[in-house]
Amino acid sequence: MKLMWFHLMPYTELPADFRDHNPSVWVDIHSSLFDPARAHHMYNDFMDELEYAADCGFDAVCVNEHHSNGYGLMPSPNLIASALARRTTDTAICVMGNSLALYNPPTRVAEEFAMIDVISGGRLIAGFPVGTPMDTCYAYGTNPSQLRSRYLEAHDLVMRAWQEKDTFAFNGRYNQQRYVNIWPRPIQRPHPPIWIPGGGSVETWQWCAEMDYVYCYLSYYGYKAGQALMDGFWAEMARLGKDRNPYRAGFLQFVGVGESRQHAYDLYSEAAEYFYGRCLHVDPRWATPPGYVSEATQVAGIKSQVQQAASAGAIGSTAGTRFGSVAREMDAIVDRGYVIIGSPDEVTEQLREVARNLNVGHLMLLLQFGNMGKDVCRANTKLFAEKVMPNLKDMFGEWEDRWWPQPMGRAQRAEVPAFLPKLAAE
Amino acid sequence: MSEPETTTIDINGFATRVWRKGTGPKLGYLAGLGGLPRWMPFLDRLAESRTVIVPSLPGFPGGDRGHSVLDTHLDWLLAVRATLDAAGLAGADLAGSSVGASLAAEMAAVWPASVRKLALIAPFGLFDAADPPTDPWAQRADAVPGLMCADPAIWTAMRSAPEGANSIAWPIEQTRASEAAARIFWPLGNTRLEKRLPLIAAPTLLLWGAEDRIMPRSYAGRFRAAIAGPTEVQVIAGAGHLAELDRPDAVALAILGWMA
Repeated sequence: MKLMWFHLMPYTELPADFRDHNPSVWVDIHSSLFDPARAHHMYNDFMDELEYAADCGFDAVCVNEHHSNGYGLMPSPNLIASALARRTTDTAICVMGNSLALYNPPTRVAEEFAMIDVISGGRLIAGFPVGTPMDTCYAYGTNPSQLRSRYLEAHDLVMRAWQEKDTFAFNGRYNQQRYVNIWPRPIQRPHPPIWIPGGGSVETWQWCAEMDYVYCYLSYYGYKAGQALMDGFWAEMARLGKDRNPYRAGFLQFVGVGESRQHAYDLYSEAAEYFYGRCLHVDPRWATPPGYVSEATQVAGIKSQVQQAASAGAIGSTAGTRFGSVAREMDAIVDRGYVIIGSPDEVTEQLREVARNLNVGHLMLLLQFGNMGKDVCRANTKLFAEKVMPNLKDMFGEWEDRWWPQPMGRAQRAEVPAFLPKLAAE
Repeated sequence: MSEPETTTIDINGFATRVWRKGTGPKLGYLAGLGGLPRWMPFLDRLAESRTVIVPSLPGFPGGDRGHSVLDTHLDWLLAVRATLDAAGLAGADLAGSSVGASLAAEMAAVWPASVRKLALIAPFGLFDAADPPTDPWAQRADAVPGLMCADPAIWTAMRSAPEGANSIAWPIEQTRASEAAARIFWPLGNTRLEKRLPLIAAPTLLLWGAEDRIMPRSYAGRFRAAIAGPTEVQVIAGAGHLAELDRPDAVALAILGWMA
């Protein structure tokens, strides 16, 4: 089983009464709330935390892309990933990912991902999200009626750009380029592993199966709400004749480890309530740009029991429609499974059950969330790495992870000078 | 209110509904945001003295998924032109509302011979950052009826499923109408129509609901200043953005008077 350390990079100093005076954390969050000098420290703390997680032995560090967003300060995750490529050695770098339709031309993604792959010696996981309504249609102004077809075309262009040996012309519906020939080319052949973060769209599941990509359900609502959705995913895999290799899937889970359950409750309540109270305060008017949800998925949403079951757990048809019914107090946050807390043994037990029930081999962990400070984050990360991770690593050993980076051999890779891993320095 | 005659035309491979009712000189109508899930009293008023012809726009109710193959503005204009021709409206009087009014204006601008007289109800197509239209696609669901009509209940009734309607197809058709409008007008409603307004020679009536909460009334002045042909602005009391839904009699009377 792979344990991956994920950072959203939330702005940590939204005011306590944020929800009372601001319509949304996303799209039209007010610039007066952003202090660049404070954000300087946040970015550097966050990057320290990612590097620390790599030093602690997590299998991957993960970053993602959001725009005009108070809980996600990475409009360009590639900038962070390139810094991580220089400050980590063996850890996979998971960019989860680049919203393909937002790049003009999309070969920009092929180039930047290739750069990260080459700099890191082949450690990149290439994530291709469609992107949320807030990021794509509102913050970036992409036409919701064309978003998915643009995404799919951009995907085809990027994949060809990585694999074709000769300069080629791309004559697409939305993109025309006479001379496609990217330099550099990725280390990993034929291409870095492709992971697709998605919601509950049956078409996305089918596409992942057809293309042999990893499907990731990156929900903030934890394993209980995720169960029905992942059941739907595996049922579709079975229908398509695919095996139950748990490495076909990734799943995001918030975790807080303490000395005891009560200790963890006390330690992580503020950060959890900050995240669910302030960071997930999104105006529903950003929820449903027309055309964002395909008609097939709308039909499935009206018909399907999978969707109905999912909707019982604070899930809506798009990322935006879920925010209205979010639990914002710690008791409910824990009860609903948004955040798993406890002693190392209690967390281990819960995560083994989660991984088994959801059949997920790539567990993406949010061990920093909300306004959690650097010290608490490091303690959470260290405790997890030392006392939880070793008791999870043996899971799914009978399956091969065909979707993991294949880096250059250690001896072939460049030495990065003047860099001391933090644990060694302590 | 009796049902119109319904025929089907083929536009880019999509079966497209055309409603027809009444006698007298032809008068076409292109619907606004939301399209026409059902016939409405405004069209009956027009049909009392004219042959009213109402083709569906691509992606709007009755227009199947015709929007899905239209990627550029030129694609849209050619599709609407083909629709008017196939519906028998070439050279006829043409009225349009909201997004439909924008396309009616385009027809009169690009193919001046295709439109005799023009009536535009709160047309889309322009954008002034100093006085922006309301964003119709970034609204809480419960706010939409009050933005479309002065009386929100009229909009809600227009879109409520009739008895026997397919419970899956009906709501999807309503969402598709919103998508089709977004496909051409996202994100600002600005199709650079301003550049083509000087090509409009047809006499043009500009109608505005006094309570339009989508398109500021200042845009009437912008249209009026740019259109080459004779223009007149009339404000309809008690009407919202889709003025013909709120005040069918007053809007029909104004249009019939202009087209006479």
